[in-house]
Amino acid sequence: MAFQEIKLYQVGTSVVGNRLLDPEHRTAQARMGRSNTLTSGHRACQGCGEALGARYVLDAAMRATGGNMVAVNSTGCLEVFSTPYPESSWQLPWLHSLFGNGPAVAAGVAAALKAKGREDIRVVGQAGDGGTVDIGFGCLSGMFERNDDVLFVCYDNQGYMNTGVQRSSATPPAARTANTKAIGPEAGNVFGQGKNVPRIAMAHEIPYVATATVADLHDLEAKVEKAMTFRGARYLHVLVPCPLGWGANSADTIRVARLAKESGIFPVFEGERGEVTAVSKIRRQVPVEDYLRLQKRYAHLFANGAAGRPDIVARLQEEADRNIARYGLLGGEL
Amino acid sequence: MEKPFAITLDIGSSRANKTGSWRTERAVYVNRMPPCNDGCPAGENVQAWLYEGEEGGAGYERAWRQIMVDNPFPAVMGRVCYHPCETACNRAQLDDAVGINSVERFLGDEALRQGWTVSVDMTATGRHVLVVGAGPSGLSAAYHLARRGHTVTIKEAGPMAGGMMRFGIPRYRLSRDVLDAEIQRILDLGVTLELDSKVTDLAALAEQYDAVFLAVGAQLGKRAYIPAGSAAHVLDAVSMLRGLEEGEQPLLGRRVAVYGGGNTAMDAARTAKRLGASEAIVVYRRNKDRMPAHESEFMEAEDEGVLFKWLTTIKQVDQGKLVVEKMELDETGFPQPTGELEELDADSLVLALGQDTDLSLLEGVDGLVVEDGVVQVGPDLMTGHPGIFAGGDMVPFERSVTVAVGHGKRAARSIDAWLSGAAPEPVARPALATYDTLNTWYYSDAPRTHRPVLEKARRESTFDEVVQGLDEGTALFEARRCMSCGNCFSCDNCYGVCPDNAVIKLGQPGEKYLIDLDYCKGCGLCVSECPSGAIQMVPEEI
Repeated sequence: MAFQEIKLYQVGTSVVGNRLLDPEHRTAQARMGRSNTLTSGHRACQGCGEALGARYVLDAAMRATGGNMVAVNSTGCLEVFSTPYPESSWQLPWLHSLFGNGPAVAAGVAAALKAKGREDIRVVGQAGDGGTVDIGFGCLSGMFERNDDVLFVCYDNQGYMNTGVQRSSATPPAARTANTKAIGPEAGNVFGQGKNVPRIAMAHEIPYVATATVADLHDLEAKVEKAMTFRGARYLHVLVPCPLGWGANSADTIRVARLAKESGIFPVFEGERGEVTAVSKIRRQVPVEDYLRLQKRYAHLFANGAAGRPDIVARLQEEADRNIARYGLLGGEL
Repeated sequence: MEKPFAITLDIGSSRANKTGSWRTERAVYVNRMPPCNDGCPAGENVQAWLYEGEEGGAGYERAWRQIMVDNPFPAVMGRVCYHPCETACNRAQLDDAVGINSVERFLGDEALRQGWTVSVDMTATGRHVLVVGAGPSGLSAAYHLARRGHTVTIKEAGPMAGGMMRFGIPRYRLSRDVLDAEIQRILDLGVTLELDSKVTDLAALAEQYDAVFLAVGAQLGKRAYIPAGSAAHVLDAVSMLRGLEEGEQPLLGRRVAVYGGGNTAMDAARTAKRLGASEAIVVYRRNKDRMPAHESEFMEAEDEGVLFKWLTTIKQVDQGKLVVEKMELDETGFPQPTGELEELDADSLVLALGQDTDLSLLEGVDGLVVEDGVVQVGPDLMTGHPGIFAGGDMVPFERSVTVAVGHGKRAARSIDAWLSGAAPEPVARPALATYDTLNTWYYSDAPRTHRPVLEKARRESTFDEVVQGLDEGTALFEARRCMSCGNCFSCDNCYGVCPDNAVIKLGQPGEKYLIDLDYCKGCGLCVSECPSGAIQMVPEEI
């Protein structure tokens, strides 16, 4: 009979922890003494993907830096729900200035630490997609261009959720928001606009760029840890579903993120100095429709069964197929 | 308080904000009934012993002890059980069912290699229970009664213990060394075994004991009237298998026909091949789909070259040949004669038409009810006569070793309760852990490892065991394919995926988790992402 190497730990390695693994091989999130950088009592909605993503990223960064780090936060949901006067949910040095200047402030903190000879203290900048791809974009590009020693993390929930779900340049086509209503022939957000900031970051040829989702913790933590091994400007783009803005069930946050990756609509990859170096393959491919149907922001595509917009669903599928072809998301070793 | 430069606020933690008040539903940890446990006739807690076994090393002994709580025959089970657990296994819907039976065999064999034993941990009750019959049911009852502190005497009519495990199941399916070792382990608990002591007057004997468990089995081969010439060679399968075990060499000839479609027919045909028959043909009046033999037995028989003649009855037996009649199924699936006759060459005919129980020992016992040749019992396996219980093949249930072992356990529990005057504790049966309660994303792709099968040529000529055991690595791999349906296996997913840090990890694996209701907002993410469906949302009372 064929020899089979024992590599299966009951459920593989995709769960958070695993009693059969050595403790050092488990995730930061499985640890009893994890940093809990974003602790309980914050006012994020039920099932908030951003709250989850921020804790995943910062706990991993805390582990990678031995706790020697500062976080700089742009304005957005994450800042608002975590720090209402006089409370803070942050359990690490944390700084907030303005909506648009997060990357510049982070660069400044890094410069100040360098001036003080404390380059052992690392800087993580973070913002939602609004603070990253729209309002903070100039500062972000400058930070990349100067190769400042900052890991900048974008928690992408594809819109301005805190102010009432308005469109950002990260909002996907056809999605309904407060100002891209589901009416008219081009219902929801238009096609052909918006920015793909991970690719823009790659174009700056900075040391490290990666995308991730809250559905794959091991992948996300590995990317944060890898990012912390580089000096210079690094960019991590994390897809964080928003139950409120996307009209998804709060229990489905991780499932939605998983389907975004498995359908190919959100490619998960990493790159160094402008070149893609690795992609996360699709394990169980699903049609984009499976992803869309969980979200009320796409409900107009499926309204009244046959009377929906199969043409728009087909265009979104084409986008996913283009990603699959561009990044080689199918086949090969997982 | 003097504040540092640019600091204007006191430090306050958001933990002051008890977000648990937002909640309309709460997450609750549950244990559901895994389908393997649900399907096990012996009532094993399969999921629990696989969980222990997954650890390997010291986990194997814990796993074996977990089996022994319910079943004293792990090594026998791992060979002869038809594993309804695997039929029920949720993993079959993902890739292949977990090879539970082969892992059980590995654990049973490991116990024999390592010499693991069990002990009686209860103080002696002073009660004496008679068990009639040393088959799987009687031995199982004796084991469980002994472990509960009762004194047990088994009276067995035959010269050896084991019942159908020895006299019905051929060696190539169950090695006698294994059987002897597992029986000896039961006797080592202090059980008295009296061989060659056929019970004839139960009514008188029962008065000497506090309770009786009857498990005499069904070993009389059913006969059918078939006109036979004087030189015809007809014998019944049960007697043949039994005689072989007692050292006889039945003379079957070159061409052997076996009449019947059950497991005993498969055993008889495969045994005939091993005794030198060049051709063994099973004659059955219905077709393959309606054959009562288990699929695995049929497949192995077919692999070994056993031939099958479906939809055929035997009209007459003569020397060297049979006269058979072709049948066809009517709308209800019942075979009807067609009148078409043909001849079939056969030197001997083995009848495998089912078995009856010899109930002569029951004469004179009040209250016993016998229907259709079997003893009627209540759900507690007590017969109509208070204090006399019955189980195994002599009561109306499916007949298999595993069912019999399960009866032994159930009877022991009922006898124990009856002796102490208490009603048996009702066994809680939680809701079934169905496939849709799982989140199978988290289970890595892992095909089942098949037990090596002895090459065909070798097994046709010998009585060596056909199906071999798994080596340790493969057994461990197989155990780890378990999805732990409906029961927490400490994967930390709930602890990890809570956006509110509202799941408290109590400690090391095995110690479970707590929901911190001060902060749980009731989003349900932990429930969605629990691989094994061991968390559930329940509405808050508002």
